Amino acid sequence: MSIDLKTVKHISKLARISIDDEKANKLKGDLNNIFEFIEKLNELNTDNVQALTSIAETTLRFRKDEIKSENIREKILKNSPEENKDFFVVPKVVE
Amino acid sequence: MSDITSQSLFELTSNIKEKKLSSGEITKAFIDRAQKSKKLNVYVTDNFEKAIDQSKKFDSNPNFDLKLPGIPIAVKDLFCTNGVRTTAGSKILNNFVPTYESTVTQNLWSQGAILLGKLNCDEFAMGSSNETSFFGNVQNPVGENLVPGGSSGGSSAAVAANLTPVTIGTDTGGSIRQPASFTGTVGLKPTYGSCSRYGIVAFASSLDQAGPMTKNVRDCSMLLEVISSFDQKDSTSIDYKRNNYSKELSKDIKGKKIGIPKEYRVDNMPDEIEQLWKNGISYAKDCGAEIIDISLPHTNYALPTYYIVAPAEASSNLARYDGVKYGFRSPGQNLIEMYEKTRSEGFGDEVKRRIMIGTYVLSSGYYDAYYLKAQKVRQLIKKDFDDAFSKVDAILTPSTPSSAFKIGEKTNDPVSMYLNDIFTVPINLAGLPGISIPAGKDKNNYPLGLQVIGKPFDEQNILNISYALEDKINFKNDISDWWLSE
Repeated sequence: MSIDLKTVKHISKLARISIDDEKANKLKGDLNNIFEFIEKLNELNTDNVQALTSIAETTLRFRKDEIKSENIREKILKNSPEENKDFFVVPKVVE
Repeated sequence: MSDITSQSLFELTSNIKEKKLSSGEITKAFIDRAQKSKKLNVYVTDNFEKAIDQSKKFDSNPNFDLKLPGIPIAVKDLFCTNGVRTTAGSKILNNFVPTYESTVTQNLWSQGAILLGKLNCDEFAMGSSNETSFFGNVQNPVGENLVPGGSSGGSSAAVAANLTPVTIGTDTGGSIRQPASFTGTVGLKPTYGSCSRYGIVAFASSLDQAGPMTKNVRDCSMLLEVISSFDQKDSTSIDYKRNNYSKELSKDIKGKKIGIPKEYRVDNMPDEIEQLWKNGISYAKDCGAEIIDISLPHTNYALPTYYIVAPAEASSNLARYDGVKYGFRSPGQNLIEMYEKTRSEGFGDEVKRRIMIGTYVLSSGYYDAYYLKAQKVRQLIKKDFDDAFSKVDAILTPSTPSSAFKIGEKTNDPVSMYLNDIFTVPINLAGLPGISIPAGKDKNNYPLGLQVIGKPFDEQNILNISYALEDKINFKNDISDWWLSE
């Protein structure tokens, strides 16, 4: 199987990374090389194997739902790319 | 007394406790050396001024009961440090100043350590040579224009060059052990769940672990003891009784069963590495260990599995970099264009490649063929180790299939770069602890490492085996300080 240019562009759209044609062509080559390498897994029959979903064999812990940090608005907004003391600012979304 | 910066952590803590050295003297010595070592490019951000203040503060009211009393330590720039810029080697986090502290670094400061600065690494820890960093490549102190390994390349170089007594790195597929091997230093990746992932910039959450990088095995045990802890803030942190690793460190490995997996003898592996491995085996025998041949039949499938699982998790984790809440933003006409431009300009090529792989293998119609398949093979790889550990106490392998290579040598071929991690990746997939110790040199005089792999939570055992081997190997790095400037 090989990945064509159209697929590369589709993935870049899904990944929200804009790429120009030159980059897309380069990526097409890289991705095909990498997937050729990955296809090795098809040699193995895994029909009766259970997928490993967690390496740490523990069940998730429950905890009380309680507020531990208060008044952290300023901390949260501190690294905001566009200055505003109360909100995150983004380009207009609703027309 | 030997030069301050060449002392081990053990020596420095002893000298501080015996009042032969002050924290101020030690901190100043490391800062002075760093200022003459800019050529290595190990620092992304230094914390020198604050470090000097903190060392004076320690000296005016010292607490010698702490495990790292007034010891200055630089850490990989993947750990969030409160008030000190944390970049993960990426343009997208170039201006990010965390308002919280990672648990692992907090454990260091709680035991008296002082932050020297943040060390260079591959962007988002994706790389094996430190060449994907937005802040430029790092020079390996072992030789000019040589990569220090990666992704914890700034960390390995800083320890080898005596710019920090010890450091902490992170290891997702070999990012502690491979750079340790390339620089003649010791690096340990703990069992998954041993060290908290809270506050570490996430790469692949089911594989990431923080671990110590040091000059020798004893220092490694001392540092692991400090950083390994149960943490409510990490849902995969495991609550178990951790050893007093340094106290229980012992060279007595008599009767230990050590497995030698035949699948780790790969094509084109240099004879020197084969010889290094043989020497390691005979040293282990000399120490009274029993050598047992074992098989890990799915070893060859580990890298392809890793290159599905790790990018899949990375593409999900890195979805948070959207230019909205923190980090770099590139303006756009609308929200979608802003996302696309921010991510296109903010991420480097390797990171984009991996996000694309991850997005593809998780996309509709391909999930079963790739991601599910990889999770099944991961089960088989884990089972290989479970079976092996029913017969042996530990496994001995080479750390890497080659010594350090030249800067630029592998940057145009992602797959050949990925092959660096062939011996380290299976251990992450199985969640096991592994340590790399320097074990010899190749014909160019570049260091080579051996890896000891243990059962889950059996860090003490692999530390002890490494401690015994280290004594027999008697490795000397003989670094010439070629990079120093006035």
